[in-house]
Amino acid sequence: MAEILAISVTGLVKTYSARSVPSRSGPRAESSRGPGRRGRRGSAAPSLRPAPFTEVSTTPATSAASAGRGASFDGRIRAVDNLSLSVPVGSVTALLGPNGAGKTTTVEICEGFRRADAGEVRILGLDPIGDAVALRPRVGVMLQAGGMYPGARAGEMLRLVAAHHRHPLDPAALLDRLGLTDSAGTPFRRLSGGQQQRLSLAMAVVGRPELVFLDEPTAGLDVAGRRTTWELIEELRTAGVTVVLTTHAMDEAERLADQVIIINRGRVVAVGSPAELTRGGAEGQLRFRAPTGLELGKLLLALPDGTTAHEGPVGHYLVQGTVDPQLLAAVTAWCAGNGVLAEDLRVEQRTLEDVFVELTGSELSS
Amino acid sequence: MTAADTLGAPSGPGPYRPAAGRTGAGLLDLRPAPAAASRARMFAAQTRLELILTLRRGESVLLTMIIPVGLLAFFTAVDVLPSGAEKSVDFLVPGVLALAVMSTAFTGQAIATGFERSYGVLKRLGATPLPRSILLAGKTAAVLAVEVIQLVLLVAVGFALGWDPAGGAGAVPSVLALLVLGTAAFSGLGLLMAGTLRAEATLAAANGVYLLLLLIGGVVFPLSKLPGWLRAIAEVLPTAALSDGLRDVLADGSGPGVRNLVVLAVWAMVTLGLAARTFRWE
Repeated sequence: MAEILAISVTGLVKTYSARSVPSRSGPRAESSRGPGRRGRRGSAAPSLRPAPFTEVSTTPATSAASAGRGASFDGRIRAVDNLSLSVPVGSVTALLGPNGAGKTTTVEICEGFRRADAGEVRILGLDPIGDAVALRPRVGVMLQAGGMYPGARAGEMLRLVAAHHRHPLDPAALLDRLGLTDSAGTPFRRLSGGQQQRLSLAMAVVGRPELVFLDEPTAGLDVAGRRTTWELIEELRTAGVTVVLTTHAMDEAERLADQVIIINRGRVVAVGSPAELTRGGAEGQLRFRAPTGLELGKLLLALPDGTTAHEGPVGHYLVQGTVDPQLLAAVTAWCAGNGVLAEDLRVEQRTLEDVFVELTGSELSS
Repeated sequence: MTAADTLGAPSGPGPYRPAAGRTGAGLLDLRPAPAAASRARMFAAQTRLELILTLRRGESVLLTMIIPVGLLAFFTAVDVLPSGAEKSVDFLVPGVLALAVMSTAFTGQAIATGFERSYGVLKRLGATPLPRSILLAGKTAAVLAVEVIQLVLLVAVGFALGWDPAGGAGAVPSVLALLVLGTAAFSGLGLLMAGTLRAEATLAAANGVYLLLLLIGGVVFPLSKLPGWLRAIAEVLPTAALSDGLRDVLADGSGPGVRNLVVLAVWAMVTLGLAARTFRWE
């Protein structure tokens, strides 16, 4: 079957002036990010959120944002930098990357909320801004946060959006499906973060769209909420709906996506199915813990050509290459020869997270 | 029957299949069926929700219902405002009607719309098939509906306090013309603020302007009590034009006054024109 594209993006560029980096759509539950390890390489801390409207020179958050997005010579920040991607009809595509990578900007250009500085974007063959009237009934949108009348009850809000469509899902059934029946009479501002997320998801799909954009659909959800959301996304896919979601949760991308697009600093750094991405490159890897500051250059002399080694978080080492008994023996022998006890030594398959770290030099906070 | 049963095979291999038929919730038919609803249906839904939300907000009810009624009752009862030969209630009802229109079309609408903008409601609704024109039409219809409630309430309280309007049935077209023009002028001003300022700034400015126009708008005492220079300013402001015009019709039994109509029409055109140009939806 010839692949029909739901989305085609070519050479997309979007810059912001350093002072007007768009804020996230609203306050987010920071706890949802978990206590994840941050900034494995000193100043590279892209997990910090960009801080708009602050002096560039005074806050680490802003400089991190600049570093994460690549400031160009004229002081404008390239949120999206010559990015191209395509999404086949009926697939689930995950845009994966750390905060500030350009995921939301890319998605909001596709949704018609922002105008690109350069590049070509076709959504279902149409222009997201010029053909907005034709596209809006066909495209469902879930914003990262907000977007609701604060005083409206969950059921009222969903019924309002349902009333904008000719053949909507039954709002009550959809609320039930997402575990929101008991909250239908609760004003939006009193819903928990997870309930707000699920309501936002419901609003994206209630009009029975062909294509849905879900911007971090499971951020802030508990385990049950994530499972409910994942099941709905899988059902959307089965029903033939094209789904584009952004996430920085590896397990989400690995479980849901037919196609994973890894974005960093406004560029696509890798594309493929989860299996393709984790199969490429090294065949396996070895992890161990040891005191920090091992001279890895000398270790590599003892290992076969093509093997790499580096220290990830302090005291955590990663050796990648053809992992066989000889490699394992060589590593432990070298450690023994240097009077180092290698703890927690283990052989692993690469995960999507490893691919990501390898490609971007930074970790996803998840 | 679930969505999965009615469809052919999905368009490619996937790592997981949905868990069909769990707790009776597998009945959603998620297959795409995109189409916009009729404009009439969208308009009705938008108007209904806007109206419900307005009436549900306590501060909005205070502003649009309780304060106007309270002012009317208070100043009628204590009669601190010497107003010549006429009964004070005959003077007060037109002014309080003008205040009511201002509180709904300007103050309430500016504050609500400002916060809707800052909460991303307008952005989010912009991603649905709802056209902006219908969104605005819904807001306007909700404003008009609240005004009808205010009108009924204030007229009833006015009659209970012995109000004796002049003009009879012939006054109705003039009153309606004034109310519609006043609503347009105040809506334009409110949307102009809400569409350009931050929500918090809109909140402060809308309340400040409300108080200012209450004081120098001929609402509870006549413009003739103001010093000349202030009166000259007040006369070209929409509140005074509306309260003066209503008073001309309802208290004096004359026409609404060309100057009042012109002042309101100019405010309406300028503010609505500017609002349409400058309104930012995010």
